Amino acid sequence: MDKQKGRGWFIFWCAAPAFLLFIVFMVIPTFNIFRMSLYKWGGFSARRTFIGLDNFRTLFADMKFLQSFQNTVLLIVVVSVITIALALGYAAVLSRVKFKGQNFFRIVFYIPNILSIVIISAVFSAIYDANNGLLNAILSLFKGEGAEPVYWLGNQSVIIYSLAGAMIWQAVGYYMVMYMASMAAIPESLYESAGLEGANGLTQFFHITLPLIWTNLRTTLTFFIISSINMSFMFVKVMTDGGPDGSTEVFLSYMYKQAYTNSTYGYGMAIGVVIFLFSFALSGIVNLVTRREALEV
Amino acid sequence: MQYHRTKPHASIIASRFLIYAALGILAITILVPLLWVFMASFKQNSEFYGNPWTLPQGLYLQNYADAWTKARMGDFMLNSALTTAMALGMLLIFALPASYVLSRFRFRLRKLMNISFMGGLFINVNYIVVPIFLMLVAGDKQLRAWGANPFFLNNLFVLALVYAATALPFTIYLLSGYFATLPIAYEEAAYIDGATYLTTMVRVMFPLALPAIITVILFNFLSFWNEYIIAMTLLSSYSGPKTLPVGLMYLTKAQNARSEFGQMYAGLVLVMLPTLILYMLVQRKLTQGMALGGLKG
Repeated sequence: MDKQKGRGWFIFWCAAPAFLLFIVFMVIPTFNIFRMSLYKWGGFSARRTFIGLDNFRTLFADMKFLQSFQNTVLLIVVVSVITIALALGYAAVLSRVKFKGQNFFRIVFYIPNILSIVIISAVFSAIYDANNGLLNAILSLFKGEGAEPVYWLGNQSVIIYSLAGAMIWQAVGYYMVMYMASMAAIPESLYESAGLEGANGLTQFFHITLPLIWTNLRTTLTFFIISSINMSFMFVKVMTDGGPDGSTEVFLSYMYKQAYTNSTYGYGMAIGVVIFLFSFALSGIVNLVTRREALEV
Repeated sequence: MQYHRTKPHASIIASRFLIYAALGILAITILVPLLWVFMASFKQNSEFYGNPWTLPQGLYLQNYADAWTKARMGDFMLNSALTTAMALGMLLIFALPASYVLSRFRFRLRKLMNISFMGGLFINVNYIVVPIFLMLVAGDKQLRAWGANPFFLNNLFVLALVYAATALPFTIYLLSGYFATLPIAYEEAAYIDGATYLTTMVRVMFPLALPAIITVILFNFLSFWNEYIIAMTLLSSYSGPKTLPVGLMYLTKAQNARSEFGQMYAGLVLVMLPTLILYMLVQRKLTQGMALGGLKG
């Protein structure tokens, strides 16, 4: 490309505004999470005192935090295993088997992804309602009228799975479409020759489809971790607000409660640091564990 | 199944039946709750006690009127539309030139910028919402100290700016990926005709990138329209402006206390409808765009 006058200024005016905005609203806040976690800064006094790692010491003795840790891990595992299994299964069927109405199913399965989490949470709150909800109405068909209702959002040991159900409902279609896209890149000839050798659909899935989309699957796993941490917060915020008695408190909802609702900023930011480190560490571990020789077609 | 061209065996018919059953179950699980919400939005309050499966006795449109005026959903919808439009506009103004120069020009900070924006893909906005809030609080405090009116909180424009800024990494990733696929011959021809860098970019390259721009608009429209964690945090004043999802969230909470179910379901439909209509119009584009852009966490 031959150079014109003012090339440098052109580049500057194109790139600098976006980069500045990115620095101000993403880089500095991220940096601030780490910095503020070292301060005692709370409530209505503007005084900040440097206390080193004290916030973290308090944090690991905080039973409520440990419970939110446990809930987050439980949700990540349950939601990702079930979602990925369902998404892979449905993607394999929709991209391998040709039949009428394929497009209809693809359209319908993606719908939850375009709805606000507020809507999904509100809908599921109504579905899970103990007295007038859909789910208990369906169950009472089997159990008979007058059976004791299940308190989907009231029972402390059930509620976390109710939450997981809503999260899976939301995520399956999205991951399905994504896996369908990478399955579409697998050449038809592989399946044809496998079919001639007598391999059935299931064998083909495990020996052709899965190995060939493995790279893509790994990437989605990493994103899945970050997104589950985030999604669990968004659902909790509307559906349960962490209750009853902390049984659905997750990482981000606890951070938000401490840092925003209680205005204990320093302590809240220490939780933020743990979330950052945890999600990166977990992504790294998952990445390592799932490493395989890359297969090329 | 297509790779068996001989007479259909019983096993194939059985497997086909199983596939349809599996697809049908998922489709029903997704559609029934949504249809139920539409149905419930036409019910009178007294109809909500009892069997949730009963059809509404009539079209009780008063729910929509109540949601629109009493619950201020009309105002909120206007706010949401404004915020989304401003955020999309700013996003394109900042992201388009930046993506273009980042993919086409070699300059000193290019590598640093590319790496930073890539890293930004891994920072979830909800992780950093509290530091952003604190930064804006500090800004307002400074303005008050100077005797000016607070500006940063409870301001739809600032909210839109935060949306645009935090959407930059994904948008630039997608757009610069697309610019990189366009042949350089277009620009060379324009330069030979004496066009400046700016004219070439705006008149030649932006129109060529239209497919990617549309994808970007679609994805970001959905995420801005549906977003509520940042909106809830930055629009915290009781009397200040609110967006539709935030208003809906307060409505669902109030609904529990005051039992105005009809109004709440009407509100849900009002938030859902624009995204559903948009989705029906562009669903092919959206799911293809996912294959193009890959992941969004």
